[in-house]
Amino acid sequence: MKAKPGIPSILKTALVNAVIALVLFSLMVGIRTEAGSDGQLTYWTRFGELASLVAAVFGGSIVIELLRQWIGPTGAEKLVTPAVQSGMSLIGRYLAPALLIFTVLVPVIFYDQRYILDLAILVLTYVMLGWGLNVVVGLAGLLDLGYVAFYAVGAYSYGLLATNFGWSFWICLPLAGILAAFWGVLLGFPVLRLRGDYLAIVTLAFGEIIRLVIINWQDLTGGPNGVSGIPRPTFFGIPLDNSDDGLAARLGIEYSPTHRIVFLFYVILALALLTNWATIRLRRLPIGRAWEALREDEVACRALGINTTTTKLTAFATGAMFGGFAGAFFATRQGFISPESFTFQESALVLAIVVLGGMGSQLGVALAALAMIGGFELFRGLETYRMLVFGMAMVLIMIWRPRGLIGHRAPTVYLTKAQAISSDLVKEGHG
Amino acid sequence: MDYFAQQLINGLVLGSIYGLIAIGYTMVYGIVGMINFAHGDVFMIGGFIALITFLILISFGLTAIPVILLVVLLVSMAITALYGWTIERIAYRPLRHSFRLAPMLSAIGMSFVLTNYSQVTQGARVKPIPPFITGGYTLHESADGFVIQLSNIQIMVVVTTIVLLALFTWLVSRTRLGRDMRACEQDQTMAALLGVDVDRTISMTFVIGAALAAVAGLMYLLYYGLVDFFMGFVAGIKAFTAAVLGGIGSLPGAMLGGLAIGLIETFWSAYFSVEYKDVAAFSILIVVLIFMPTGLLGRPEVEKV
Repeated sequence: MKAKPGIPSILKTALVNAVIALVLFSLMVGIRTEAGSDGQLTYWTRFGELASLVAAVFGGSIVIELLRQWIGPTGAEKLVTPAVQSGMSLIGRYLAPALLIFTVLVPVIFYDQRYILDLAILVLTYVMLGWGLNVVVGLAGLLDLGYVAFYAVGAYSYGLLATNFGWSFWICLPLAGILAAFWGVLLGFPVLRLRGDYLAIVTLAFGEIIRLVIINWQDLTGGPNGVSGIPRPTFFGIPLDNSDDGLAARLGIEYSPTHRIVFLFYVILALALLTNWATIRLRRLPIGRAWEALREDEVACRALGINTTTTKLTAFATGAMFGGFAGAFFATRQGFISPESFTFQESALVLAIVVLGGMGSQLGVALAALAMIGGFELFRGLETYRMLVFGMAMVLIMIWRPRGLIGHRAPTVYLTKAQAISSDLVKEGHG
Repeated sequence: MDYFAQQLINGLVLGSIYGLIAIGYTMVYGIVGMINFAHGDVFMIGGFIALITFLILISFGLTAIPVILLVVLLVSMAITALYGWTIERIAYRPLRHSFRLAPMLSAIGMSFVLTNYSQVTQGARVKPIPPFITGGYTLHESADGFVIQLSNIQIMVVVTTIVLLALFTWLVSRTRLGRDMRACEQDQTMAALLGVDVDRTISMTFVIGAALAAVAGLMYLLYYGLVDFFMGFVAGIKAFTAAVLGGIGSLPGAMLGGLAIGLIETFWSAYFSVEYKDVAAFSILIVVLIFMPTGLLGRPEVEKV
């Protein structure tokens, strides 16, 4: 271990950082450009902001250096003692059922607060998307940066089928899932041989292609104007509106617009739980085991006789199908869809939820979705800074806890007893 | 035929810009083995810094175009290179021995940071500049009045690219730094044992890549006359496509791939449809990866078990 640096060395580091920050920010922050009324660019200076930013970097470096001395270089891992860990696992065992009960009760508790109900629906949509992507990224280990494409396919499937043919939500929902799964297989085929970073870029390109086609194929999709007038969901054929044959009139209770919100809430909750249940069940089936094996080691997987082609394709198709369900729900909830809802940022957000949740942990993904979407809401007033903070958070989380908040990536099956191998067996030329 | 020749010129110029960005991707991938997802945004930052430097120099009353261009080139290269260095230091170096996806995700985060940083500091609107370099040559005029134009700015873009490539090839093949870079590419541990400062070499790779991206940003600014905060994303993916097409890790391949993507995009716009030009570029990425995963000039990847 190196000797602890003294005060002068800390000051020197902070000063160097401040000088670097000064150069970095000098033009981008210190000067503001804007096109004037005659189209000519003008600029003005913002040295005050520049100075305060540089000062913040200077102060921040001192604080970080002091913290580093105080905690020590490997402090992050050792902060969690075994006692705390066992307590955490105890909490973890009861946290999931408690959260589920609370979620079911949300419309009862917050019946009058429309804002909270809307936010809860949004969070659940992202929980569902996160769980869907978790099949691809968390279980099968295939990094998918174009997940939003399947969300878009689902949304447009429902939107177009409903507005053109008048089909109901409950018929279109499975269709949207099937269509999205079909696109998942279509994407899966070409990328079978790719892995890691290449796979990520191809899926990203695929997501962009879908978005560009939606924007440009104006006859079918309405282009940038999107599809509007998408019908609201019905309670299995009974509309949730103020009409005579609406649900409220049939039940003989007074109509309130909140009924529809509560109904939507339970629909997305059911869909999300379906995703979760299917994932948990699939993990116990041979195909789920094959996904996890694929994630751990593709070569070993193939050596054991697992068909990697079908394994990858089913992972893509399953994940895409859940994305398609979520998309159909999104379309019916919004009543309006446009390509702007399906940008790369959405893909990155869902991926960030999965990674933050610990890649493979169902509970972790749900908590991460809550934290992310809730955090986004906190920054609602600072619209322009939102994505800036999001990006910084992504970098910091990767540095601080690359395995996510709940680092649960243990395979579902493993040997209960570790087998000790004597050292003379693993010499060169032997086992 | 004249239309074809004109599109050929336009495509080569666009391809030069993509090639300059692609070199940054391919170098980083060769040495660190990660896709520097934020590289497209570094290109965008380079364009912005060039724009701001232009404005300041002009408001100081400088009129000599060559002097202005030289100063802008040097300033934007220097500051953007520092951006590249800082990004590597903050977002990638702590993750060098982390699990496979961590640097990629960190890079995506960094890309968001850079995009929104320039949106917050410089506003969301497109920034146009008046054309600095005007004039050009008429190469050929056909009977029906179609003129093949070669503008001075196009000549400048291509000449700058060739000069930089020559300089860069010399740097990689003849200097100590280039030798270190090639050593790190082959085996970082062995290179470190032989006295190569691996950290410094990787930093320098990012610095050089960012400086080349800054040149590309300046060329883009001069050629199209505008910059905006979102231009890095699409340009970045296309340059990455170029790097893959040429064979990732191969420097001449990156330039070749850049030219190919520029030509394909231009001809697609000219003969088929402008709306689907990005779709064409992305489809090529997918097709290349399926049929030629190693690209045009890449080496086949040997899988170690």
